[in-house]
Amino acid sequence: MQKSLHIIPEKCTGCTQCEIACSMQHDGIFSPSKSRIRVFKFHDEGRFVPYTCTQCSEAWCQRACPTGAIGINGETGAKVVSDTVCVGCKVCTIACPFGTINYVADSGKVAKCDLCDGDPACVKACPTGAIVFIDAQNTGFERMRSWAAKTDSGTPAKA
Amino acid sequence: MQAPLTEESSKVETVYRYVVVGAGPAGVTAVENLRRHDPEGTILLIGGEQEPPYSRMAIPYMLVGKVGEEGTYLRQQENHFPNLDVKYQHAMVLHIDAATKRIKLNDGSSIQYEKLCLATGARPIKPPIPGLDQKGVRHCWTLDDARKIIELAHEGADVVLMGAGFIGCIILEALALRGVNLTVVEMGDRMVPRMLDPVAGTMLKRWCEEKGVTVHTSTRITQLESNPGETEDTLLVDLDNGEKIPAHLVVVAAGVKSNLDYLEGSGLATDQGILVNEYLQTSDEHIFAIGDVAQGPDFEHGDRVVHAIQPTATDHGRIAALNMVGKRTRYQGSMQMNVLDTLGLISVSFGEWDGRDKCDQAIMCNETGFQYMRLEFADDRLVGAQCVGRTAHIGVIRGLIEGRVPLGAWKEKLKMNPYLIMDAYLSCAQS
Repeated sequence: MQKSLHIIPEKCTGCTQCEIACSMQHDGIFSPSKSRIRVFKFHDEGRFVPYTCTQCSEAWCQRACPTGAIGINGETGAKVVSDTVCVGCKVCTIACPFGTINYVADSGKVAKCDLCDGDPACVKACPTGAIVFIDAQNTGFERMRSWAAKTDSGTPAKA
Repeated sequence: MQAPLTEESSKVETVYRYVVVGAGPAGVTAVENLRRHDPEGTILLIGGEQEPPYSRMAIPYMLVGKVGEEGTYLRQQENHFPNLDVKYQHAMVLHIDAATKRIKLNDGSSIQYEKLCLATGARPIKPPIPGLDQKGVRHCWTLDDARKIIELAHEGADVVLMGAGFIGCIILEALALRGVNLTVVEMGDRMVPRMLDPVAGTMLKRWCEEKGVTVHTSTRITQLESNPGETEDTLLVDLDNGEKIPAHLVVVAAGVKSNLDYLEGSGLATDQGILVNEYLQTSDEHIFAIGDVAQGPDFEHGDRVVHAIQPTATDHGRIAALNMVGKRTRYQGSMQMNVLDTLGLISVSFGEWDGRDKCDQAIMCNETGFQYMRLEFADDRLVGAQCVGRTAHIGVIRGLIEGRVPLGAWKEKLKMNPYLIMDAYLSCAQS
């Protein structure tokens, strides 16, 4: 059973431990600006929303890549950027309608959530259980995916 | 075989269920999706260049040595096409006979198809300027062009780039990073005039000038003279302002146009490209057209346009394949979108970036900080955007436009501060 990240914004306190853990895991530094999961703060509503890639099955990023640099991890289902193949053209960053693959000027490549090979650092770091890693079928990401279908460029015609 | 018994077609004629002409991103995506949805059908992919299928978009990165030639290949796995049971052949199509469902190739053979997909792309425009046929003048379009440019664009070489459109600007960065002495000549009043408005396009020009690139806008090249007695700068580029610029290499990036020549006599309806409907079918129901050669419906207004961009090419390829195997799938239309890195200043534009009638705007500009954001709204929906100097989560602009997401109260907040686009997206589209 593939698992996916499930985010429960109501439980998020905005502590950004997930961002720190993510940047440490991937870049070896505590730098929220490098994190592939970001916490958006709606101060006037007192609301915090952690946000990252849903590993959507449509994989706009993968389809748009001109060099085939985005592959799928067979075990986790994560869409993973190959740093050796990515040329840094950034087309994926405008093709992904969720805005969850981003250009990193330091490396000259793009970066996105790769589910940490099945053991996501953000999940371990979250003190309130706002980010959990559970069976894909049970996550609210299906809702996001159905929204994704609305923006898909090809919708099946009704017979 | 029903081939008429003429001399040329006396060779054995091959029949394929699917023939895809053109091995760029559109064609390659099409054959992969054809195989996904039809495990049995025979598939032929025809490429016009003597190369493995490669990405023109990766060429600038090859010019600066970030990748080798193989880094431009569209698919990195060995035996990708044999593994999909797709036959890949180098040839040019000379003629299409839609009535008998045959194509004729430049090796004299002919091939019969059940469904044909034309992904023959575009080619660079050669403007009517005297002197372009000289040695040292190149387009930057094919791998072969790239090899020649690598030979000529040595450090310190005097290089003139004709055109600062989207492709010109991508090449601009590669040439500048090779350390050439670069002069750019653009006839529009700013850089990338078909992607950015005057404020943003002028900002880009100023950025390039600060990086040591000479940029002439509203300027035309009138002719290329030979520079007698010179062994290094063998060319003299005449501008309409009277200047003459010595050059070792002139790169011509004056736009591209769809490849349509081989369609003469095919009966297919064409305009700027091959006209296709929302199923990517041409005027012949067995023939589809995709990518840079296709003129299909626009997402916003439905008019048929050529959007010669990578995301459209791959969307076209995927959806045409579904329709070719009989899974009728409607395409919602393409949207113009571009991202450009000009010596470290990144700009993007989407959709109706230049607005249209009855559009509301949100604009924020920081000239000295090289930051610009302009949003265009129709009612309470986002329909277009351009942005300079910021890239984080930029894809949500596509999500908001293509999702036709009602912005409600967020529209007014965005008019106050367009940089709240991600907050608006999370509130309106993900809550």
